Amino acid sequence: MEKGSAAVARTAVNVGRTDTMTASTWRWLATAVAIAIAAALPFWLRNYHVFELTMVMIYAIAVLGLNILTGFNGQISLGHGGFFAAGAYTAAILMHRYGVPYWATLAPAGLICFVLGVLFGLPALRFEGPYLALVTLAMALATPQLLKYFDTWTGGQQGINLVKPMPPAALGLNQDRWIYLIALLALLIAIRVAANMLNGRTGRAWVAIRDHPIAAAAMGIDTARYKTLAFGTSTLFTGVAGALSAFAVGYVSPESYSLFLSVSFLVGSAVGGISTIGGAIVGGFFIQFVPNFANDISDAAPWAIYGLAMLVCMYTMPHGVVGTIKPVLMHLVQRAAAARGNRAQRSG
Amino acid sequence: MHELLQQVFSGLAAGSIYASVALALVMIYRSTDLVNFAQGEMAMFSTYIAWTLVNAGLPFWGAFAITLVVSFLGGMLIERALIRPVENAPVLAAVVVTIALLLIFNSVAGWIYSYTVQDFPSPFPDRPVFGALITTRDLGVIAVTLIMLLLLFLFFRFTSTGLAMRAAAQNPASARLCGIRVGHMLAIGWGLAAAIGATAGIMVAPVLFLDPNMMGGVLLYAFAGALLGGITSPVGAVIGGLVVGVTENLVGTYLIASQLKLTVALALIVLVLVFKPNGLFGTAIVRRV
Amino acid sequence: MSPRTLTSWTLSAAGLLLAGGLAYAAGQYGPGASDAEIKLGNTMPYSGPASAYGAIGKAEVAYFNMINEQGGINGRRINFITRDDGYSPPKTVELVRKMVEEDQVLALFNTLGTPPNTAIQAYANDNKVPQLFVATGADKWNDPKNHPWTMGWQPSYRIEARIYGRYILANQPNAKIAVIYQNDDFGKDYLTGLREGLGAKADTMIVATKTYETTDPTVDSQIVSLQGSGADTLLTAATPKFAAQAIRKVFDIGWKPNHFLTNVSISVGAVMKPAGPEKGVGIISAGYLKEPTDPQWANTPEYEEWLEWMKKYNSAGNLADGNNVYGYSAAQTMVAVLRGCGDNLTRENVMKQAASIHDLKLPMLLPGIAVSTSATDFAPIDQMQLEKFDGTTWQLFGDVLSGSGS
Repeated sequence: MEKGSAAVARTAVNVGRTDTMTASTWRWLATAVAIAIAAALPFWLRNYHVFELTMVMIYAIAVLGLNILTGFNGQISLGHGGFFAAGAYTAAILMHRYGVPYWATLAPAGLICFVLGVLFGLPALRFEGPYLALVTLAMALATPQLLKYFDTWTGGQQGINLVKPMPPAALGLNQDRWIYLIALLALLIAIRVAANMLNGRTGRAWVAIRDHPIAAAAMGIDTARYKTLAFGTSTLFTGVAGALSAFAVGYVSPESYSLFLSVSFLVGSAVGGISTIGGAIVGGFFIQFVPNFANDISDAAPWAIYGLAMLVCMYTMPHGVVGTIKPVLMHLVQRAAAARGNRAQRSG
Repeated sequence: MHELLQQVFSGLAAGSIYASVALALVMIYRSTDLVNFAQGEMAMFSTYIAWTLVNAGLPFWGAFAITLVVSFLGGMLIERALIRPVENAPVLAAVVVTIALLLIFNSVAGWIYSYTVQDFPSPFPDRPVFGALITTRDLGVIAVTLIMLLLLFLFFRFTSTGLAMRAAAQNPASARLCGIRVGHMLAIGWGLAAAIGATAGIMVAPVLFLDPNMMGGVLLYAFAGALLGGITSPVGAVIGGLVVGVTENLVGTYLIASQLKLTVALALIVLVLVFKPNGLFGTAIVRRV
Repeated sequence: MSPRTLTSWTLSAAGLLLAGGLAYAAGQYGPGASDAEIKLGNTMPYSGPASAYGAIGKAEVAYFNMINEQGGINGRRINFITRDDGYSPPKTVELVRKMVEEDQVLALFNTLGTPPNTAIQAYANDNKVPQLFVATGADKWNDPKNHPWTMGWQPSYRIEARIYGRYILANQPNAKIAVIYQNDDFGKDYLTGLREGLGAKADTMIVATKTYETTDPTVDSQIVSLQGSGADTLLTAATPKFAAQAIRKVFDIGWKPNHFLTNVSISVGAVMKPAGPEKGVGIISAGYLKEPTDPQWANTPEYEEWLEWMKKYNSAGNLADGNNVYGYSAAQTMVAVLRGCGDNLTRENVMKQAASIHDLKLPMLLPGIAVSTSATDFAPIDQMQLEKFDGTTWQLFGDVLSGSGS
């Protein structure tokens, strides 16, 4: 008897272990394939589409930043367009005024936006809900004005025209493909970093603060520190995205970073799934492509179509695309694993 | 000194515009706990309806009354059909829905009425008083705003519907147990807000000129004013709106770098909020563990 | 070989050569051009704060429709692709890239806005795509040496402001000038041009300036402030809605300055009437196009032609909106250039034709003003005439002035 049940138990454990290994191998494989396809795409597509996909990835990184702050940490932000602009202008000014090579501007852009985010996050600790929305909104509104005012640095309303990054001659790529690959690398790093933070201690603290700030504080989490860290991390991501957008578009101006950009990020977040990482990519696609589709559908009132698309998404998937699909997928995977476990048990 | 007074009065006139839209924002927040980003565009659309009626030959006050009724019904319909589905969804979904409404109303108005600026008649004659400090029309706008505030106050305080609405907003579950039809209360809340917005739009259009983008800037200042005063307080909304108007004017006048007017005005508002995070008259949300 | 055979051989050979040459010449095509159509690309702000200018795009669509119905250009129909960029430069870049790389347009025409056009200028010049008749009054489009593929159309804002500056200098040398301007390239150009027109006296004559943003609900506060500066002359560099507010406020506070108004906001229907026509009496502006509400053009054949076109092809357009005259005239310029290309529809030739317009008189240009370009002059229209509002319409006065040079 003892031997039998021990054997069953061992088999079950073995089965469990095999399942975990298979699951994670599958995941690893799927990710590798996805990355390979993404890296190969620019060589199959025409330049214009490569450019479009580059913008998708750039928006995805920006939206990922917003997801960290609003989705995982519960602090709403209507001002991320301002941080996007800060990153873009940092890169532009460094490249244009100081001749810094483009690849060396990403780190400063991220760092400056991190500092800005922390500085912003400190007073933001006092605010919640609509009040925080107003404070971040103020940031989004002030940004174009500030950019126009400090015109010796920013070029004022004329903006700054940039020389787009040139690929190293040895690689034989054209500009669009090169920038695409840079953006892809940045996106992958961003996802990796975000995943590490979110699945780790910091992420758990953030979620705890979002869901039950009082309980979190009672458990010894330094809410102030984590909330400011969330802000800084979020703006770091968005700032790097901004710098990348300066490379891709080749021009920065105050008109490029209006309130509508901040709103678009929020919409992209919500549609993709605010508390997910994958949702950021969906959000990037939404922001980039749906306005164009809307324009194709209706010449007369395209933004009404865009609004309708938003409504449809929110009604059918209030937690966003990934937010809705992921639990369903997990459920199916678990059911499949359980079924396999049962079968193994019965046969073992 | 004369200029200071002029700026203050100018600010009060502009501020009363923000105050009236802020009232509508507060109305919706109190009844459904949502900030309605589409409030400005709804008001603009109502104003276009009034404009169509006036152009068709109706007298001003007749058009005004019809527009109010249509807006009230429209607001209720929007709540029922468009907001209800995301009632139990995460707050962000509802926010995105209101943003979508903003885009839809703006786009449809531009499509139907084009983007050319239109004239809108004012019920008040436009004569300068008090030595050209303010015009009778501006006084009219302020008066209407204060009347709306008074009516709202009376409504909430002294009518049973008002009481039911307050109950439904504060604690929907208990309210239901008391027999209050919470769904109806929410719809009425939106209807009232839409009517207030329509009034605001009609008062404002003669001043700002009617075009689909009329309310864009106003909404931002109204939002700031509503929060400055406390998003839960109608009185706060009006005072907040007026303060924002006057601050904006004074900053614009006396700040050397007047190109930073908006930035500085917003910074001042944020500064006030830092000291009073729930606005001047708002109630702190006490969360019990 | 008999002389006859030789002659016939020679003649046939010559005939063949000629035919071959003609066949070769008939239809040299760059991207976007073929026997059947010519593709043009355009971006306009059909949404957002600048959406009032979308009427220009609609007018151009209507004009090209009319040309197509009348047989097109040398038998080819114009395929005018216009898209909404919401006045956002990154969007403009994206849309223009699509039009050049996917739709393969022959040329870009009348793309609107200074930041949008700045964003695509490098791309257009690098890819040798004509960026023609851009719909902005910035000065920098007249730079054939550095940007040989970019050309403006309308008199620049600086040219216009210089005209005002010189007028003030000549007629009111002791004026104290206040300026209200939109806080962007459009507004700032007016201030710059005014200073250029005033020359050395600019610093002493300009006593106060105030700006506003397009998100500002009103400009009343700025006007009050400017009155407080003691100025007796005012330049309003504001877009239609804000110009109307400014005109009204100036009157309401009892201020009676010499008031100069940007040409962008002279529309009687969109600005002067809403402001209150009696409040705008005496305001001076400068024009180059005929105002559609001006009764002096009412029964002239050019106006009748425009009116007929409006009714038939652009019926949704507002008859009092000057944007419809602008779009009409710009489109006519483009058509003239395309016609001049004949069967050689390459991008190079389009640019060459655009840079050799000699004294083209468009029906809705003010008399005395014509479109002219050359290899060194990429400012097609640089003449304007001063006009004064009399309560009903704008009365032209003085000579046609050229604003070029300082």
